[in-house]
Amino acid sequence: MTVTINIEHAKKVYDNNNVVIPDLSVVIKPGEFFTLLGPSGCGKTTLLRMIAGFNTIEGGEIKFDDRVINNLPPYKRNIGMVFQNYAVFPHMTTRENVAFGLKERKIKEPELSQRVDDMLKMVQIEELADRIPSNMSGGQQQRIALARAIVIQPDVLLMDEPLSNLDAKLRVEMRSVIRHIQQQADITTVYVTHDQEEALAISDRIAVMNKGVIQQVDNPVNIYRHPVNLFTATFMGQSNLVRCSLDGKKGTLIGTDQSYEFNRINDDCTEKEAIICIRPKDLKFADKGIKGTVKERVFFGTDIHYTIETGAGELLLSCSVNDPLHEVGETVFLEVEKDVVNLFTTDENGTTLMKR
Amino acid sequence: MKRRKHTREFTIWNVMTIICFSFFAFFFLYPLLRMIIGGIYVDGKFNFDSYKKFFTSRYYMSAVANSFKIALTSTCISIVTGTTYAMIMRHVKIKGKKLIDVLLLVSTITPPFLGGYSWILLGGRVGYFTKFINKLFGIQFPGIYGFWGIIFTFVVGSTATMYMYISGALKNLDSSLVEAAENLGCRGLRKIIKIYIPLILPTVLSTALLSFMRAFADFGTAELIGEGYHVLGGLIYSSYLGEVYRDGAMASALSSITLAFTAIIFMIQRYFATRKNVEMNSLHPIEQKDYKGIKGILAHAYIYFMTTLSILPILTVTYNSFQKSAGQVFVDGQYSLDSYAKAFSRMGKAISRTYIFGFAALALILVIGIITSYANVRHRSTITKTVDTLTFFPFIVPGAVLGIATILAFNGKPFYLTGTSIIIIAIWVIRRLPYTIRSSTSVLHQIGASVEEASQSLGANGIHTFFKVTLPMMFAGILPGALLSWVSCITELSSSLFVYNNKNMTMSIAIYTQILKGNMGIASAMSTILLVSAATVLTILFTSSKGKMDFGL
Repeated sequence: MTVTINIEHAKKVYDNNNVVIPDLSVVIKPGEFFTLLGPSGCGKTTLLRMIAGFNTIEGGEIKFDDRVINNLPPYKRNIGMVFQNYAVFPHMTTRENVAFGLKERKIKEPELSQRVDDMLKMVQIEELADRIPSNMSGGQQQRIALARAIVIQPDVLLMDEPLSNLDAKLRVEMRSVIRHIQQQADITTVYVTHDQEEALAISDRIAVMNKGVIQQVDNPVNIYRHPVNLFTATFMGQSNLVRCSLDGKKGTLIGTDQSYEFNRINDDCTEKEAIICIRPKDLKFADKGIKGTVKERVFFGTDIHYTIETGAGELLLSCSVNDPLHEVGETVFLEVEKDVVNLFTTDENGTTLMKR
Repeated sequence: MKRRKHTREFTIWNVMTIICFSFFAFFFLYPLLRMIIGGIYVDGKFNFDSYKKFFTSRYYMSAVANSFKIALTSTCISIVTGTTYAMIMRHVKIKGKKLIDVLLLVSTITPPFLGGYSWILLGGRVGYFTKFINKLFGIQFPGIYGFWGIIFTFVVGSTATMYMYISGALKNLDSSLVEAAENLGCRGLRKIIKIYIPLILPTVLSTALLSFMRAFADFGTAELIGEGYHVLGGLIYSSYLGEVYRDGAMASALSSITLAFTAIIFMIQRYFATRKNVEMNSLHPIEQKDYKGIKGILAHAYIYFMTTLSILPILTVTYNSFQKSAGQVFVDGQYSLDSYAKAFSRMGKAISRTYIFGFAALALILVIGIITSYANVRHRSTITKTVDTLTFFPFIVPGAVLGIATILAFNGKPFYLTGTSIIIIAIWVIRRLPYTIRSSTSVLHQIGASVEEASQSLGANGIHTFFKVTLPMMFAGILPGALLSWVSCITELSSSLFVYNNKNMTMSIAIYTQILKGNMGIASAMSTILLVSAATVLTILFTSSKGKMDFGL
């Protein structure tokens, strides 16, 4: 029953000739949890709404399996959609909300009640069944929205930043609820978010988008460890960008006297200069290495962040709270985890120089 | 590539808008155009005599000046009284606030002419107050006639309206804004000037416009209390319905000139209001505090005094309706239900007719208002945008002007509609449409599109979504405004007065004619019936909304 979403050369132009998505192709596999990740304005919600049928498609095709759905109105696409602001019908009880789509499909009793009850149980809101949603918490409303979208057994489940209106703790809780229910129901799911941590935690595969173009499609681990370009690398959390001169696989950090043998660089790399992307976790205090002075120390609980003034500029270092503390003003030496960091070309694309 | 914008649904809504608009065009734009042309095109040729007469005659020009003086003075005073009232009610715990709110709401439905009439009974030459004061101080107070009498009546009438709207704006003012100002060292009067006034200014300006328009084009009050103080509204009325002569061209010219003035005032108001517009959304409304001592006493005194003034006309009329009357005068100390018996036997038809017309108009207002606003918000096109703009115009057309336009257009070839029920209902619909369209537009914006999208994604097509999701959600938001429309309809006088005859006479027209005939008893009884029914509707509205009222514009 689960479908493949096949997007071929999709194009989106808004009224004022503003091209939001120039040419986008991607295949979303059956039953997959697929996340569109990117900064605001990158076109991720636009693409989602094209799949849903709320945005027009100005070029290319979107197919559910082999069926082209370009001109199908939203109500004939059999999709379930979860919105950022929940969009729960305020004039209906929880039960009526969940039953709405089934009634549109002319599902009769007793099947109707049976399916609604099962669904309410699944998202754990049975006790709210006969209440009006207006005074419910965001988490409860979002559970209704989720139940309402899934109960119709849609071909595709679409979620537009469903967690961004919730508080941090609830966000983590709902994240696992969504993931759990999606796997149980086995529905091809497209999820939109700008939160990289959320994307990494929840997805089977992630498409990182920028300016209407997909930068990279891969599983969370590869997206994090092997970003194909500088945009993806820097979007996945904080990073230090340091220029280095390159001779084969040997790189020297400009502004320091430190060189490293980067074994993961492509064998045929001929670049003479590169940008190293060092995550704060990939810097370590050591007895020798890059010399610097501690400028600032911020305590986060499990982590401590140090800002360190070095010849290569200010570097951010993150270490565990259990490691020995360093004081502001102290002279320290830093070591780079050379087998983990990624190097990129210095041109505007910032393409990776690393092997997979 | 075909755009989904131009779907069947899009076409349907645009066609519906055009159908609604044709009603509006026929009963509003067509008469208005005919009126404007009628002032300059007489008997087949252009003729500017009426305009010449207007601009060269001292008589007419002084009427314009008088109308301006009245409207401006009364508006300025009621801004002060109304804002003071609202500020006190928002900040001070007033004993009996709930009752006061209901009383004020009821007072706002008093038709202006009824206010004028009861103030004569109270403060006129032989009024209760006049007699009382003169006896007490041994003076010869002549009663509240002339310029200041008119001003007094208008200020008392507008204060409650002012209060209700400004109070709504103050409710949206977050207490943290005031606290922030105080924290930064801004206190007392400076706080009011720097924080409160700029934030409530848009509301004050739009309410001021409402009160200005009401006073500028009024004729009933000036006629009753002015005693020879002639104003523009009165001239319009007498130029066409006067006993001396009927001058269609002059009536047209006068109405067109009045319209020009109100349009200019409206544009000036809009210019300032849009420049000063602020977005507010309050999480922590200002809390009312208990004020002890002189401050508390003064606050209570002001509120009670103004509230009493506002409802005195209603109390007077109600009291009179139970008095025995002999023609013009009420017999002191003798009570009976004669007036009611007469009212029902002579005017029973008018009473039932008023309710039937009122509900018919309400239904039409809702249908047209919802369709045009929905089409314009969700399926916007050049057509819907134009219609949306044009349907706002009745707001700036004074009742008497609309009345003149309607009678000139429908009192002869090719449409004979004067004296029919259709024409009264149409006038009511036209006058209230701007308010309903505004309020349902803002409700639609509040609802947001995502709920409708959710419904569509669940398999409901456009029509199902509209009836099952959008309409029920809108309804709660537009109901208060709709009921208020109903009340304004049944108390409407200034337009319908021009097109009535015995077959379509409504209660407010009947009351007015009874006052003019001197049948004070019947007039009082009918007024009481009218006010009680309107008050009942408002009480239902007030209790069902649990005090959370929002009347749109």
